Amino acid sequence: MKDSVISVKNLVKKFGSFIANDNLNFEVFEGEIFGFLGANGAGKTTTIRILSGLSEPTSGEVIIAGFDAKKQAEKIKRNIGYMCQKFSLYEDLTVKENITLYGGIYGMSRELIRARTNELLDRLRFHEYENRIIADLPLGLRQKLAFSVAILHDPKIVFLDEPTGGVDPITRRQFWEMIYETAARGITVFVTTHYMDEAEYCDRISIMSEGKIVALDTPENLKKQYDVDSIEKVFIKIARPVNN
Amino acid sequence: MLVLVPAVTFEIKNVRLCIIDKDMTQESRGLIGKLTGSTFFKVTFATFSETEANNLLHRNKFDLILNIPSGFGKDLVTGKPGKLMTTIDAINSSTAQLSWAYLNGVIRDYNMNILTNNFNTIPVATAPQIQITNRYWYNEMLNYKHYMLPGILGILVTAIGFLLAGLNMVKEKEVGTIEQINVTPVRKYQFIIAKMVPFFIFGMIDLAIGLLLGRLAFNIPFVGSISLLFMCAAIFMIAVLGLALFISTFSGTQQQYMFIAFFCMIIFILMSGIFTPFESMPRWAQDFNLINPVAYLMRINRMVMLKGSTIHDISREIYSLIVIAICFTTLAVRRYRKTA
Repeated sequence: MKDSVISVKNLVKKFGSFIANDNLNFEVFEGEIFGFLGANGAGKTTTIRILSGLSEPTSGEVIIAGFDAKKQAEKIKRNIGYMCQKFSLYEDLTVKENITLYGGIYGMSRELIRARTNELLDRLRFHEYENRIIADLPLGLRQKLAFSVAILHDPKIVFLDEPTGGVDPITRRQFWEMIYETAARGITVFVTTHYMDEAEYCDRISIMSEGKIVALDTPENLKKQYDVDSIEKVFIKIARPVNN
Repeated sequence: MLVLVPAVTFEIKNVRLCIIDKDMTQESRGLIGKLTGSTFFKVTFATFSETEANNLLHRNKFDLILNIPSGFGKDLVTGKPGKLMTTIDAINSSTAQLSWAYLNGVIRDYNMNILTNNFNTIPVATAPQIQITNRYWYNEMLNYKHYMLPGILGILVTAIGFLLAGLNMVKEKEVGTIEQINVTPVRKYQFIIAKMVPFFIFGMIDLAIGLLLGRLAFNIPFVGSISLLFMCAAIFMIAVLGLALFISTFSGTQQQYMFIAFFCMIIFILMSGIFTPFESMPRWAQDFNLINPVAYLMRINRMVMLKGSTIHDISREIYSLIVIAICFTTLAVRRYRKTA
């Protein structure tokens, strides 16, 4: 068994009387690609925001990379990367300026930033874009860049909130190749998605419905358990709220 | 600034004057001639009917009616006091008072002429008179531009700090980039300072350009020390930026921010003493101005530029600004939350 990098026990998050996360319990292990699935409004984004320190849990215990989310939020932030569904690099800065900015924020040295920037631009074949501002880049390229920036500082875990939303199939495939490379480097990938084919690429997946985790296992086991041939069918069987 | 400085002047020129001359003597025409010759008045209408004159005043055809009753000339010649009546459109009370004062000046001048002309024929009380000579210090020509420019400069610097910095911060919230910043280990004070620095620099450049323009376009005197002025403006900038960022922490959208910021800015500017003298404000307004950074800046700008005040003369203002700057900035840092 590998070491656990995310450990969630009895996590509850309420907004007034609305319960967004209802007693969640799960663990994510080092180097794993963990798929976090659920219908719209099931509470995925709330969870990912708590795990990345943007939001405080109402109750429960959250340990990320060995630190307590309640008491050591800032220490957690050094060890995680985050990329959300809303595109969040600075649109009026160039590719290079964005990389330098985030490198600087994470306290990386100039030489290290320069080396990583070159490496990153090589990997993405991005050299022709390095002095273009982000607003001029197509969405697919932006998302790939945002992901690369999120792991620039070699975090232990990277959280991806619907990273491939609205992206074409070819770019999505390339994006998942990047996810695999990242996991191979030992960085744990925590990813939410609505694409069920992407769910099949994950090591383990959890499915949320109405604030609760209703299934958590490897894709193979889930398919076996529900006796269907795709995760999409599993999802339809269990993730759809009753009243729909 | 080139537009504002001449526009906000209190000087009055070309007061439109209507004359009802029922006297038609050499004396009345002499008075009218004197009024026409002055740069302040322009005779736009003459009539014999008071009703017509009043109607036209009502329709804003002119600002002032001068009624010279018949017998005015006769009274003057025979040594009785001459009577005149004026009606002034006082919608803008300060314009009305000023035009009245100008008119009075012209009439007094005319009086003196009569006295000297008739010196031999009419016995005049020639008791020694007290002559008052005024000398206006620091702005000898009572040039309103010299008074307004330091104030307008203050407003420009305020606007830059207040609007740009806050909008920039709120825009980050709208676009979502602030989330990306909030998941990084960046410290709150680092983020706030990073948000201040560029606008601080803008403000200083703006001030430099403003001073240069004032010098070239309006020939504004600069008696005091430029570096002292910049030092004060720098402290002021920090105070305003701190307040702007503080407000931005509880505004979700740019519209919301603009609304609150405009509200604060208008209050600060109107109460700062730019148009109305600080000393004549009611007690509570003066108390409010203890926390109004713009009020301090107005005083400092004028004192340093026109009076040549030194750092000792304005030390109270400087200390107050420092305290305000520290308070607002601390508030901004404390209110800014990385975690919801």
